[in-house]
Amino acid sequence: MSTLDLTAHPAARAGFSVALMRIELRRLLRNKRTMIFTLVFPIAMLLIVNSTIPKDQQSMGPGIVANVGAYLMVSMALYGVVMAATTGGASVSIERASGWSRQLRLTPLNPTAYIMFKILSALVLAAIALAAAYGVGAALGIASMAAISWAESALVIFLGATVFAAFGLFMGYLIPSDNVMQFVGPMMAILGFLGGLFQGPVDTSTVMGTIQSWTPIYGLAQIAHWPLTRTTAGAYATFDKWWIVNLAAWGLVFIAGAVWRFRRDTARV
Amino acid sequence: MTPTTRRAPDAGALGATTSSPTGRAVDAAGGPTAYRQTRDTRPIALQLDGVTKHFGNVEAVRGLDLAVRQGEVVAFLGPNGAGKTTTIDMILGLAEPTTGSARVFGLEPHEAIRRGLVTAVMQTGGLLKDLTVRETVDYIASLFPNSRPAAEAMAAAGIEDIADRRVGKCSGGEQQRLRFAIALVSDPEFIILDEPTTGMDVTSRRAFWERIHADAQQGRTVLFATHYLEEADAYADRVVLMSQGQIVADGTAAEIKARTVGRTLRATWANADTDPAVPTLRTLPGVHDVEVRGDTVLVHTTDSDAAARHLLTNTPAHDLEITARGLEDAFIALTTQEH
Repeated sequence: MSTLDLTAHPAARAGFSVALMRIELRRLLRNKRTMIFTLVFPIAMLLIVNSTIPKDQQSMGPGIVANVGAYLMVSMALYGVVMAATTGGASVSIERASGWSRQLRLTPLNPTAYIMFKILSALVLAAIALAAAYGVGAALGIASMAAISWAESALVIFLGATVFAAFGLFMGYLIPSDNVMQFVGPMMAILGFLGGLFQGPVDTSTVMGTIQSWTPIYGLAQIAHWPLTRTTAGAYATFDKWWIVNLAAWGLVFIAGAVWRFRRDTARV
Repeated sequence: MTPTTRRAPDAGALGATTSSPTGRAVDAAGGPTAYRQTRDTRPIALQLDGVTKHFGNVEAVRGLDLAVRQGEVVAFLGPNGAGKTTTIDMILGLAEPTTGSARVFGLEPHEAIRRGLVTAVMQTGGLLKDLTVRETVDYIASLFPNSRPAAEAMAAAGIEDIADRRVGKCSGGEQQRLRFAIALVSDPEFIILDEPTTGMDVTSRRAFWERIHADAQQGRTVLFATHYLEEADAYADRVVLMSQGQIVADGTAAEIKARTVGRTLRATWANADTDPAVPTLRTLPGVHDVEVRGDTVLVHTTDSDAAARHLLTNTPAHDLEITARGLEDAFIALTTQEH
């Protein structure tokens, strides 16, 4: 009996490619809702709020290089980035609801490679949101701070995006819907408020401030703003280890949740 | 595509398989089927051995044995709930058989998928509304190492003129052709279509099948599930009739038709239930079933003239009635019989 020549059909590798990423990004960037929450809204807020800051109140404090505009820019960039990362991660929900993930199971793309691809595309979208807010802040002279502070704060925001990509995945797997951002979007806005993105530094001596310090965006927001405390002498304000505890704890919850739901989802056979 | 004598390590076991129908399955026409199965040297594309699938207490699939050779176009025919989709899920590795095994070109379904040997066009869903037609095909193409050019797959599926349209704006028929295109782009040896024409109008259904047919003539193995008898009739070389989780008939469309189409002769025959001449009616040409109900004899046959002549001249039967069995009626009769 003859058999099929299997050497002509090698098993494919994980199946990731640049072409795939290009399609995925085009798809994310074409989504009006995503664009409004990750780019338009943060930048509009940056411009509007900045225009209300009086010229004589631009200083963050004696000896501090960064101005209030820089503080505002970091807040809004962080908001856009967190939204972008969550949206990117949560898009697994749409793909599951539409049956696309089932279609993908008929291809060599393995589930782990798929999830890595979703995280990567969420991070690319986050990087675009970050670059847009920082670009506007720099180009219009809204933000001014030490060169190292630009780099440090941007790096913190970008790394923090991974935690929210995991959050998005977790929500995407948890909520079976073709429009998961309908639920997650407002939730992120509330978390943004609680995390202190729409105010000045959070006063943790108050009850409200204490509550805020337990919410998911708080830790990341504090760490991202910390480089802005750099003085002309190169000194920084005290770093509160709680910020790291907050970010790491929520990060673990989100990653564990995403892994748990992902395993459940792929345990089908 | 070219059959060779080289053997994959785990394909050796297939050589010993006789792939005869199970005891349960009714071989529509034993001779020709057996001939094809013993003399056909094309590689086996699909092999199901004693496959069952239980969902809790529900037995969706109850022991399937089936061998499909490369290049065959097989219709998986049966009413809704016959177990067609469950079987297809097991062939594709989307579900694991409770017992038994499914092999595609001698490989585990997952491995066959990874090698791009088999793919499927699903019944519904499975498309992203916010991508364009071209992007969808490019997306899937990018996942396979040796995919065909997207433009070629779109042309073969007849969707090149709507390449830039959003999937969400495509009609049901256009979406189905897109599903066909994404199945073609990986250039598989074996395509499975699960109720591919559901929701299409007659014209698009015909056009869709013409494309599938044109593609299959290039040697691709095709297995399609349908509950439309006429689709199986027109487009398959072989029809596997499924009912209640089992194969109830397996043969060429003509053989199945011969079995399901025919006439029923009804005659009064005193003491028919004890008359030894009654069972011998089965030996008449074309007769595939004889029923006795008291003094009434029912003969199901494809040669009603021969049976009528025999009944009226050689037996005590009288008051003869001859009724035609419709294709649809016969299909229902065949798929709802007790097992």
